[in-house]
Amino acid sequence: MTNTTEKSHSISLKVANKPGVLVRIALVFSRRGYNIDSLVVSPTLDSRFSRMNIVARGNPKILGQIIIQLEKLVDIVHAKDRTDMSVVEKELALIKVKCSTEERTEVLQLCDHFKAITVDMGENYITLQITGNSDKIDAMRSLLEKFEIIEYIRTGKVIMLRGEDQT
Amino acid sequence: MKENILNGAETILECLKREGVETLFGYPGGSAIPLFDALYDSNIKVVLSRHEQGATHMADGYARQTGKVGVVLVTSGPGATNTITGIYTAMMDSVPLVVLTAQTITSNLGKDAFQECDTSGMTFTTVKHSYLVKDPNDLPRIMKEAFHIAQTGRPGPVLIDLPKDVLAGPCTAPFTDEMDLPGYKVPTYAKESDIDEAAKIIQNSKKPLLLVGHGAMISGASRQVKELAEKINAPVTSTLLGLGTFPANHPLSLGMLGMHGTVFANKAIVEADLIFSIGSRFDDRITGKVEEFGQNAKIIHIDIDAAEKNKILKPDVFLHGDVKLVLEQLLPKVSSLKTEAWNKTIDTWKKRFPLSYPRQGGLRMQHVIRTLSEITQGKAILTVDVGQHQMWTAQFFDANYPRQLHNSGGAGTMGFGFPSSIGAAIGNTTGWPVFSIVGDGGFQMTMSELSTAAIHKLPIKILVLDNKYLGMVRQWQDMFYDKRYSSVDLEGNPNFVKLAEAYGIPGLRARRNADVAKVLQKAIDYNDGPILVHFECEKEDNVFPMIPAGASITSIITETPKVKLEKPTGST
Ligand SMILES: Cc1ncc(C[n+]2csc(CCOP(=O)(O)OP(=O)(O)O)c2C)c(N)n1
Repeated sequence: MTNTTEKSHSISLKVANKPGVLVRIALVFSRRGYNIDSLVVSPTLDSRFSRMNIVARGNPKILGQIIIQLEKLVDIVHAKDRTDMSVVEKELALIKVKCSTEERTEVLQLCDHFKAITVDMGENYITLQITGNSDKIDAMRSLLEKFEIIEYIRTGKVIMLRGEDQT
Repeated sequence: MKENILNGAETILECLKREGVETLFGYPGGSAIPLFDALYDSNIKVVLSRHEQGATHMADGYARQTGKVGVVLVTSGPGATNTITGIYTAMMDSVPLVVLTAQTITSNLGKDAFQECDTSGMTFTTVKHSYLVKDPNDLPRIMKEAFHIAQTGRPGPVLIDLPKDVLAGPCTAPFTDEMDLPGYKVPTYAKESDIDEAAKIIQNSKKPLLLVGHGAMISGASRQVKELAEKINAPVTSTLLGLGTFPANHPLSLGMLGMHGTVFANKAIVEADLIFSIGSRFDDRITGKVEEFGQNAKIIHIDIDAAEKNKILKPDVFLHGDVKLVLEQLLPKVSSLKTEAWNKTIDTWKKRFPLSYPRQGGLRMQHVIRTLSEITQGKAILTVDVGQHQMWTAQFFDANYPRQLHNSGGAGTMGFGFPSSIGAAIGNTTGWPVFSIVGDGGFQMTMSELSTAAIHKLPIKILVLDNKYLGMVRQWQDMFYDKRYSSVDLEGNPNFVKLAEAYGIPGLRARRNADVAKVLQKAIDYNDGPILVHFECEKEDNVFPMIPAGASITSIITETPKVKLEKPTGST
């Protein structure tokens, strides 16, 4: 069982852009009964490669082993734990909240505070887009809970090393 | 052939030729027909098995014997799924295979077409790498990559799934040596600073112990291991798959360690102040209870696979590289150690706790193996199945040469022993006889390959060590489960001699210890293809020494215990 108090790790990978890569990676986690909390995949400037960011929780020793087992896969160029490194981390979330016209001002104030924007609005609802690190998104979400959240979706973490080097 | 443009199947055969493949092991079917059709005109020899699992173990035995890549060719669907046990067996023991599985046509993929199966999906976790080919023009590169990946670094099986239209379609791409493997690295030498640190630890050791694994054999490092052992005067123990890399008859040899290893090897592991693992991966069969393994020792670990670092235990130094190259780096940096006292202690253990077996009673498997070792003077190739007979072979056959003793170690696959002897016999260039050592249980899993051995008149001596039980499981039920023998009685065994004769293979029988030497000699002298010897053995004999799974090495049991034992906590 994954213990919820276990620390979240951000892993970034550079992989060959070939079919099957994602499955092979997922299997290294599932073999040990580990869950992937979030996942982002995108091609790099060089279309032969993709970058992935994976967030997973678990025992740091086991995650360390998972990472070297990922590196062992033929199609993986590198896999690195970026958890305590100097990186830029961003996520994006869309949150649809039920709110009457009277409540709208309060929601928009919150929105303003978190530098979120409204992307859709109707008589009884409002859809917000927020970007930032995980804590910021968590904070906004929890403040919105006093209204009724109709739907909520969140991307995985995109990560980039600070400084001139490539991630 | 239209104007010299090869189709996919012909391209594959040309690639195999360029890789030096002379023999492949396979079984045909609808999707694979284009390949078998191309083979009709080819001088690559096809060994037709009687089951795809058999073909895969044959290729595995061939690869273990020769160090070259074993090639398997099967059809889609059930043909492919039947290879999975064999692929897994090869994966667990780092054996280089290229497995060609045919597939339904590309446009049928994902539609539950006849004999479609997601072969690459089903095998992801048990191959080193795999391909699903969508375009015949990719074949030259993929074949090149597959052979490279299978046999470099830590070897392993590579699967290539081949839709029938890819096999039949034209390939206009040129043959190539170019590969597109940006993520694949082949380790060679270890870091110089790590070598220096290892040398320092070695130089400070008074009680060193070398632990030789399959990695040392695969890397071809027998000579370097011996040089190191003699240079620093260190005793040497081996894993099951390491046996033969360091000669059993060398005074520094302690034989096998671990669950059914010698008492002196296991005592040495406990007492050593340095455990130097040379291409072994600290399997649970070796370590017993990991928390107590090597507690008083420094640990150095050479492995070509970076993922072995810290996997089981944390060494003081991890030398990442190819065993042979790493030992060559290390050898000039170490010098003779004062280990006389240590070696003397070990010698007293050797005298006090020798491997032995009871002489009275019925025919003993141990006696068959010991006699075989003596009359062949160790000049024999053995492929072994899984169970009690396997452990006794490891204990009582003196393997003095690498690649003479073939075992399914990591997987422990029953049914491996016989078909792998077919591959080993085909690859064998030593001139020594090939023995297939099998239990009555495991033999019955793949004995349909008797026809394969007979057709090719392969000089295999099949020694069926029959105790009429699934002996190794019975031993556990005997020792840990109050003798509640559950589903281990093999009543209904065939008459193995008559069975062999039905395939045109002569059969011999022995029932007494006194007959063993004579019957073995007869089998050795027979030179017209395979021969089977049925040994009717003691039914309830147990393998000792034994360390119960998951227990500490110090709880080693050397003879039938008088008291009831706790159920083991470790797996199987
Ligand atoms: C394919 C497979 N199924 C089950 C097992 C579990 N197993 C290990 S040893 C053994 C008994 C083997 O019996 P036999 O072949 O007669 O050899 P013996 O132990 O009697 O020498 C069994 C069932 C296995 N290793 N492989």
